Amino acid sequence: MDTASGVQTSPPGQASTPHVKTRKTSVWKRMWANRAVYLFILPGLLWYVVFHYLPILGNVIAFKDYSIFIGILDSPWVGLENFRDIVTDPAFEIALRNTLIIEGLQLIFAFPAPLALALLLNSLINERVKRGVQSVVYLPHFLSWVIVIAVWQQLFGGTGFLNQLLLNQGFDRVSIMNNPDTFKFLVVLQSVWKEAGWGTIIFLAALTKIDVQLYEAAAMDGAGGFRRLINITLPGIRSIVVLLLILRLGSMLTVGFEQYFLQRGAVGANAAEVLDTFVYFRGIVNGDWSFAAAVGLVRAIAGAFLIYVANWTAKRFFDEGIF
Amino acid sequence: MATYETTNPRTDASAMAAAAATKRRPSGGRPPWMEKPPLWMTALKSITLAFIVLIMLLPFVHVFAVSLSSYEDVLAGGLVLFPSNPTMAAYEAIFRGGIVVRALQVSVGLTLFGTLAQMIFTTTMAWGLSRPGVPGSKTMLFIVLGALLIAPGIIPMYLLIKELGLLDTYQALILPGLISSFNLVIVRQFFMNLPQDLIDSARIDGASEWHLFWHIALPLSKAVLAVVALFYAVGIWNSFFNAILYLHDPTKWPIQLVLRQYVLQGTDIANAADLPSNVPQPPARTLQMAIVVVATVPILIVYPFLQKYFTKGVLTGAIKG
Repeated sequence: MDTASGVQTSPPGQASTPHVKTRKTSVWKRMWANRAVYLFILPGLLWYVVFHYLPILGNVIAFKDYSIFIGILDSPWVGLENFRDIVTDPAFEIALRNTLIIEGLQLIFAFPAPLALALLLNSLINERVKRGVQSVVYLPHFLSWVIVIAVWQQLFGGTGFLNQLLLNQGFDRVSIMNNPDTFKFLVVLQSVWKEAGWGTIIFLAALTKIDVQLYEAAAMDGAGGFRRLINITLPGIRSIVVLLLILRLGSMLTVGFEQYFLQRGAVGANAAEVLDTFVYFRGIVNGDWSFAAAVGLVRAIAGAFLIYVANWTAKRFFDEGIF
Repeated sequence: MATYETTNPRTDASAMAAAAATKRRPSGGRPPWMEKPPLWMTALKSITLAFIVLIMLLPFVHVFAVSLSSYEDVLAGGLVLFPSNPTMAAYEAIFRGGIVVRALQVSVGLTLFGTLAQMIFTTTMAWGLSRPGVPGSKTMLFIVLGALLIAPGIIPMYLLIKELGLLDTYQALILPGLISSFNLVIVRQFFMNLPQDLIDSARIDGASEWHLFWHIALPLSKAVLAVVALFYAVGIWNSFFNAILYLHDPTKWPIQLVLRQYVLQGTDIANAADLPSNVPQPPARTLQMAIVVVATVPILIVYPFLQKYFTKGVLTGAIKG
């Protein structure tokens, strides 16, 4: 949104600056005149090259049989062998399936949650109540997953509050935090608890942009609250919903790392392994560098492809996209 | 935010949103055209809101209460919201020295120095890229924005840090996330919206580029810089991924890794925390919850500032709807 428009628009007031004169002179002269500016950019630019683009090149090891003792350059090329291995790897299949199932559940439950909450908040007349609720629901976003899961563990873990309560009342324990069968729902619930509040912000911003006069006119014409919601509010935020959906679909193969890594021990790899943790354990823990890099590369390319497809679809059907 | 996860577009989208979430209705109160909702609707809404607020807040109250509980209270179990015999024993134990104190020192140090480094690199580059008429400026901006689209991947990042000899160093926790493209774009946009006349006239008066940056741009951008610094700081305080990836030596662990080890994995804290053996130990559960509380408190302290800024919409300038 802002990023794209930031590139294209020229800075305000440019036409009236002294730089207009220098524009007519040669590029070299302008570069020399701005040499101090380059000094400002240089450290950051170097950082981007070394810590961002150099490691992207490091993905070549996906096409090699990388050995940590031989080094990246001298390791032998193996062509697409690592990529062929991905297809037949049973653990990869599990990680991919888990990732897709979790992302699907997130899309069904975690994606609409902030929208619903935003509509609720937006309907509040009392500003103070609204602001109070907002400050409560935004909070967990700023806490780390370690803290969030520690809190959940204390509430729902094997010896946590809930099970203690059940035992004291003469019931059996329920297994929530370490049940592989329900783990995928558990992580979605955790995500909703942690991020739904923060997610409302973007919807609330879109909701305030809707012209109040539309509501007023509709009310004059006899449209009730529900009709106004369907005919004004929802169409008014459609483009932001589509935009977020595109971003979401584009990052479909990136459900995150920490939440799954932290709970993988409790429920086992079969339930909790996702692509990120798979790459970590295969590559860094087991030293299967080239194979893990190949998985990472496939995921990155598939992710870019997904963004492209989602954007194309949105343009086609809704006439809006991000590019 | 200084972690690998920052490149996730979801995070960026929500942060972007933070900025926009601001303009409120001009005045409170029900507009004249809006009908009064039926009583059941108001009741339903109130109950829903109360429920939401409770499920967000009660867990924290409970954790805090357990951290203050005595041995008997912990044994009794249940939803402790007020400890019947509050005691600071757990806090005294973890602050007596040992791994938690060390981890807190590490995390505080990393957060201070890391945020400073991030701010230096972000603001200088943002300033450079905000200046008009600089050849190559667009290309360099493209390099910055490209980083939002392509992430390097876990394995090549690890190999880079290893090749640079940074494994088991604190630099490895700062350097990979030194600049967030998203924050850079916000600051740049803010610099570009500064009154250009002011900058131009200073320029004509012979002010150096450094003078423009340090004495004009930075003082005029305090609010946006405060927000960006807070987001960076929270990111470092919470950072877990880089630490688990690059730090193998437990004595260097920041607080989040200690939390995982002793709270989630249930490793016995008593030995690691150098607790004296001649006094009775607080129960493991209260010690664990006390660690959760000390890791949470810094966030709670900065939270009102964070909220004040993102609701005030200092970043709105960066957002074009």
